[in-house]
Amino acid sequence: MLGPDRAGAAGLKPRNRPARLRVGTLVRAPFSWIRPEPWGIHIVPADAWVDPSRPVPRALVTHGHADHARAGHGETIATPATLAIMALRYGTGEGAVPAAYGETIALGGGVAATFLPAGHVLGSAQILLEHAGERVIITGDYKRSPDPTCAPFALTPCDLLITEATFGLPVFTHPPIAGEIAKLLEARAENPDSCILVGAYALGKAQRVIAELRAAGHADTIWLHGAMAAMCRLYEEHGVALGDLRLVSDAPSKEALRGAIVIAPPAALNDRWSRRLPDPVTAMASGWMRVRQRARQRGVELPLVISDHADWGELTGTIAEVNPAETWITHGREEALLRWCALTQRRARALALVGYEDEDD
Amino acid sequence: MQHFAALLDALTYTTSRKRKLALLADYLRTAPDPDRGWALGALTGALDFPAVKSSTIRALMMPRIDPVLWALSRDFVGDTAETASLLWPAPQDGAGAPPPSLHEVVETLATLTRASAPGVIAGLFDRLDASGRYALIKLATGALRAGVSARLAKTAFAQGFAVPLEEVEEYWHALAPPYAPLFAWAAGGPAPVLADLPRFRPFMLAHPLEDERLDLKDYAAEWKWDGIRVQLVRAGGAVRVYSRSGDDISASFPELLGALPFDAVLDGELLVRGSAQGGTAGGAASFNALQQRLGRKSVPARMLREYPAFVRLYDVLLLEGRDWRSAPWKSRRATLEALMPRLPESHFDLSPLIEAADFAELARLREGARDAAIEGLMLKHRASPYVAGRKAGLWFKWKRDPLLIDCVVMYAQRGSGKRSSFYSDYTFGCWDGDPEAGAELLPVGKAYSGFTDAELKALDRFVRQHTIARFGPVRELERKLVVEVAFDSVHASKRHKSGLAMRFPRIHRIRWDKPAHEADRVERLRALVKD
Repeated sequence: MLGPDRAGAAGLKPRNRPARLRVGTLVRAPFSWIRPEPWGIHIVPADAWVDPSRPVPRALVTHGHADHARAGHGETIATPATLAIMALRYGTGEGAVPAAYGETIALGGGVAATFLPAGHVLGSAQILLEHAGERVIITGDYKRSPDPTCAPFALTPCDLLITEATFGLPVFTHPPIAGEIAKLLEARAENPDSCILVGAYALGKAQRVIAELRAAGHADTIWLHGAMAAMCRLYEEHGVALGDLRLVSDAPSKEALRGAIVIAPPAALNDRWSRRLPDPVTAMASGWMRVRQRARQRGVELPLVISDHADWGELTGTIAEVNPAETWITHGREEALLRWCALTQRRARALALVGYEDEDD
Repeated sequence: MQHFAALLDALTYTTSRKRKLALLADYLRTAPDPDRGWALGALTGALDFPAVKSSTIRALMMPRIDPVLWALSRDFVGDTAETASLLWPAPQDGAGAPPPSLHEVVETLATLTRASAPGVIAGLFDRLDASGRYALIKLATGALRAGVSARLAKTAFAQGFAVPLEEVEEYWHALAPPYAPLFAWAAGGPAPVLADLPRFRPFMLAHPLEDERLDLKDYAAEWKWDGIRVQLVRAGGAVRVYSRSGDDISASFPELLGALPFDAVLDGELLVRGSAQGGTAGGAASFNALQQRLGRKSVPARMLREYPAFVRLYDVLLLEGRDWRSAPWKSRRATLEALMPRLPESHFDLSPLIEAADFAELARLREGARDAAIEGLMLKHRASPYVAGRKAGLWFKWKRDPLLIDCVVMYAQRGSGKRSSFYSDYTFGCWDGDPEAGAELLPVGKAYSGFTDAELKALDRFVRQHTIARFGPVRELERKLVVEVAFDSVHASKRHKSGLAMRFPRIHRIRWDKPAHEADRVERLRALVKD
């Protein structure tokens, strides 16, 4: 129930308190069948959880990033690509229940679930939940800008929008990716004796950067850190062409890497692994690179503002377009988005979910 | 302006000195006049626009964004200029006027008043992207922080146009932004005509004396005083004090500005009064005392009283219209000695020559130098002209041997740039009593040099294998590895728990063989304090 204390915490004025609906002879609050708990969103009538951060009997998983897709659930309902990613990462496909985009699944307890594209990474989904005449969308992580490695975000009407807010500050504007890829190629041309080492999250970001490099006409071998290889193969198996990829560990010599583009997980940028590279120029593909200090802290010389999350304009624009009766904000910089909702007279509240990280996006 | 903004961004993100030089040299070669000259002035802090403050920028934003969203953004970004540059709303009418050139921006900023600043800056913002707006704010508020020293800028200039660095330095300080005559000269034009101004002349420097033995018939010896090397210049009715890098530090030492009664360029050591150096009253205090005076924009009266500064003179470069630099050292020295009666004793004295029968006696005197808290000896060829930089065979510095102490490595942190994958910064400690009787290690210093590349690899491996805890970027280590730390002196300091601070500590030797409990105790270090 959204009592007065919670409404206060969410910064709502009393007159904005949700109206009570009359269902049959019972009086109940809207969306009371969806209950946010610190470790995930509970779909009460079906006893299922969305992106729980601890093992549960039945989980709906929006996408394969580790902070959303944990191992050890009894049953895992997700898109086939997300299930494949989880099987690759956790080595088991036990309890996997595939849900194709657009296919509606009855969860029991009168709840229907439909997975819809979120445009975040391969297989990523928003989850539409329908129960007792109410439509709820859980966006998971999403973005609106085009991405050749995954299906585009499907804008879907709903009564309650549960949105992410990773880049929920007005300073975050992700520029068009073509310009960032051009910067990368320019740096490569200017440093023929070095290699350009790009830090990119191993699932999603790395493949998107590679695919965009290919789209920009870069046909040379792209060299990978070992941790990237399996995920790139999985993407290719799902129809995302990535061109000629090779492992840095298979390079015949340091010399062979001069003038090359190398992609590694962010953690490897300034670690021992990178010592084998010829005088690398350190780049990083992340939405955080919009802020200079973030880049400097990590010793990044070539910041590339490339994010797989919605920026401020997309977050607020999506809320405005969907125009739900209510918005809940799951994780990220929820304060600013909450403030924006208040300024635009929208009913909203922040959920205190644990376990979601500021991943290196 | 976009070209300058891109340069500023690239310099901000680059940690390597070599790459910074290349970036700057390339910009100076390719940017148009007078933009490149303004850029040079901006990067080296030679431009000042008093009408624009950080508060001007904030005031400009307030009507344009919700204050809560501003505060949340500012908190996250951590910098007002950057936050404003990112949050500035794009002009409604779409593509407005084309972006201004750096020249236009500088000319505009120079004419601003407190009242006109907000409107004019808003107009410029509308014509720039986020990166351009950031550069504009940093330029206007004088806080570029791109990690470019005057020295680096001059070196880049010399590199970019393949001209001698000494000549760049000589002309640079006589000219003002946008340095048009300097660029014209670099492009093959005539040497700049220099006005009668108190400008900096590049210092003559010394090579370290290794194993050579010098004949004292050819070389004169004097003490190497432990202060800061300065150049005092009076010309055209003004006086300046320059540091070794050519930075104008006049504001920190106002008492010297009225003390030079004639036009001259003098080279000497800046010291404050005390008894530690030279041993007598009226001598110089330790470097620690001088540090109280460094880096101040204005000096409180109490500072002037408690730490009065004076210059111990080494050399004369110019005197009353005559350039002495090509004359041999012994003529310059004679000129300097003859000059002393004309200088007030309160602010000047002469660095005395050391009388020694032979080199062996000089070596003995140097050994004794420890007690006088001086850095070592200088040996100057009696026939040497005063030439910029380090020329082989002319001047030598013969530092006293360092002090040594055995310490235990306690913490390690990664370096930056090329060393960012190595744990190359070490905090070490000494025992605060008998380690067998339960004494603890107290951190006494930090060092990140003195080892070879091979030793760095071994130290890095040691750190990774002996980590017992992590605090952010810092690793705490098993108390196991002893290093012999070399340092020049040690002083009382409130900054460290041990109450001690070393000067120039470096790793002298890694004592893989020595057990930790045999490392030195803090009291040994404390006994070496000469404050």
